[in-house]
Amino acid sequence: MSLTVDVQVMRGAATVTARLEVPPRGITALIGRSGAGKSTVLQAAAGLLKPTAGCVALDGATLFDATSGIDLPPQQRRLGVVFQDGRLFPHRSVRGNLLYGARRAPAGAESGPGFDEVVALLGLAPLLARRPFQLSGGERQRVALGRALLARPRALLMDEPLASLDPPRRHELLGYLAELPSRLDLPILYVTHQMDEVMRLADRVVLMADGAVAARGGALELLSDLTLGPLVGRFEAGGVLAGVVTEQLEAWQLSVVTVAGQCITVPRIAAPVGRAVRLRIRARDVALQREVLASSASNQLAGTVLRVLDREPPYAAVELGLTPAAAAGERLWALVTQRSVQSLSVAPGQPMVASFKAVAVEGRAAAVRTETHDTA
Amino acid sequence: MTAPELQALWLSLQVAGVATLATLPVALLLALALARGRWPGKPLLEALVNLPLVLPPVVIGYALLLAFGRQGPLGRWLNEVFGITFVFSFRGAVLAAAVMALPLMVRALRQALEAVDRGLEDAARTLGASRLDAFFSVTLPLAAPGLLSGAVLGYAASLGEFGATITFVSNVPGQTQTLPLAIYSALQSADGEAAALRLVACSVALAFAALALAHWGSRRVARLMGTNAA
Repeated sequence: MSLTVDVQVMRGAATVTARLEVPPRGITALIGRSGAGKSTVLQAAAGLLKPTAGCVALDGATLFDATSGIDLPPQQRRLGVVFQDGRLFPHRSVRGNLLYGARRAPAGAESGPGFDEVVALLGLAPLLARRPFQLSGGERQRVALGRALLARPRALLMDEPLASLDPPRRHELLGYLAELPSRLDLPILYVTHQMDEVMRLADRVVLMADGAVAARGGALELLSDLTLGPLVGRFEAGGVLAGVVTEQLEAWQLSVVTVAGQCITVPRIAAPVGRAVRLRIRARDVALQREVLASSASNQLAGTVLRVLDREPPYAAVELGLTPAAAAGERLWALVTQRSVQSLSVAPGQPMVASFKAVAVEGRAAAVRTETHDTA
Repeated sequence: MTAPELQALWLSLQVAGVATLATLPVALLLALALARGRWPGKPLLEALVNLPLVLPPVVIGYALLLAFGRQGPLGRWLNEVFGITFVFSFRGAVLAAAVMALPLMVRALRQALEAVDRGLEDAARTLGASRLDAFFSVTLPLAAPGLLSGAVLGYAASLGEFGATITFVSNVPGQTQTLPLAIYSALQSADGEAAALRLVACSVALAFAALALAHWGSRRVARLMGTNAA
């Protein structure tokens, strides 16, 4: 089952146009600055906004088609939606909210997770008797997610579900969200403009800018594409490395991660040895040198220059591939001066060593993700 | 209290009760029509509903007499087809009270409906609820406090209705003589002041009872919703 959205929606005087495919497994992140039209696309898919042209289809079944006049109402589309503000029903208990959609799901609906399973997955057991006003923001969003799942949806649409939460709550809920793809066989569309959410959750990324799709691709490729920097706005340009935790240096509060056969040391990542992780390293934190040197910049990765891009002077961006194949997750960007490019004679094909301090990989940058699909 | 006074009190309660219950669904439909969407006749309907608020009650009473009197177009038709008459009858008193209470009830209900987040209805629909289902399972319960205060307002307005009633259905003890009309009659007679005072005290007690009921009801509803959690 995959969800196809190909719509044109009028929003005020502006038009939002988007064509995207949400595959049946994994999370597809729809990203872009606020006002780029992400939520509009999601609402059009859910049937809450009527597109002026285009179509929406789920696994070949048409939900909306402007030319033939098909426009299924939201209740017949059965796409679970998690809104930014939760939208729990204030007059119902948590249990009542959870069961609202479950009671209305058609009897013959494909079996999804049951009530007990969802309650356990999202840790809702202690909350069942409470009313929405007695919940914290994070709890509210967990209930909203559970409610959507229990309605037996055929796809899950999430509209910045973490945007209204404070950092600790966001972190807590991110953990729950990261678990979803391994448990659900559903297309999941996830709208956000937060880099760490994309890093942690996304398998695929669709980037929107000014009401249109600007780029699409695998999360690793797209997140490492420095040329998209101006479009993603607040995302700070950099590269994403895919690695595996190989050692925990508990005494130092550091973790050793192996990336393309080379080890780097980063501030402690709360993940067991063997867990696949993504590390984001901003281009301006990376320096280039000819060979491996003794330095406090303990992380030195040897590779080959893939390309050199002149940015606005005095800067130049250099992309380094860590292996000959230089697959996604094995590329790194360094922001250096054009003068350094000349003095080191950096050119495509040349071996080069990238160095960065362990502390450059931290906070938002050191997002952890279980690679459920790439390894499955 | 004397028997005629008790009769007036009992009649008032009946007229106001029936008028409120009969008006509530009509007011709800009108409030919904006015709160939601844009359509061509909306300003006209809004003006019509609000007419009883801005016109003198006597004018409304006279208009009702013209329309629903024996010779009136609506009155004659209703009489011929259903055998229903309004003049000088309990039914007429209810109609007059209902028309006068309608704008107040519509106003309260409309505000209550507009205060409910439309996003909740959207959420309900993505969870499988039809438009009607979402209205009855989400919007209406959330508008319940407003529904209650609208009903109390309508009830109070019906209890106090005087001008339209006396013009439309006159002042017939046991049929159309509600509390205000009974007070008026008592004041017209030479030795009626004591009776008038008793009736006035009765009205005041009724008003307080209605207000207390409304307060208690909305408190209960609010506690249920958690709207006054602080």
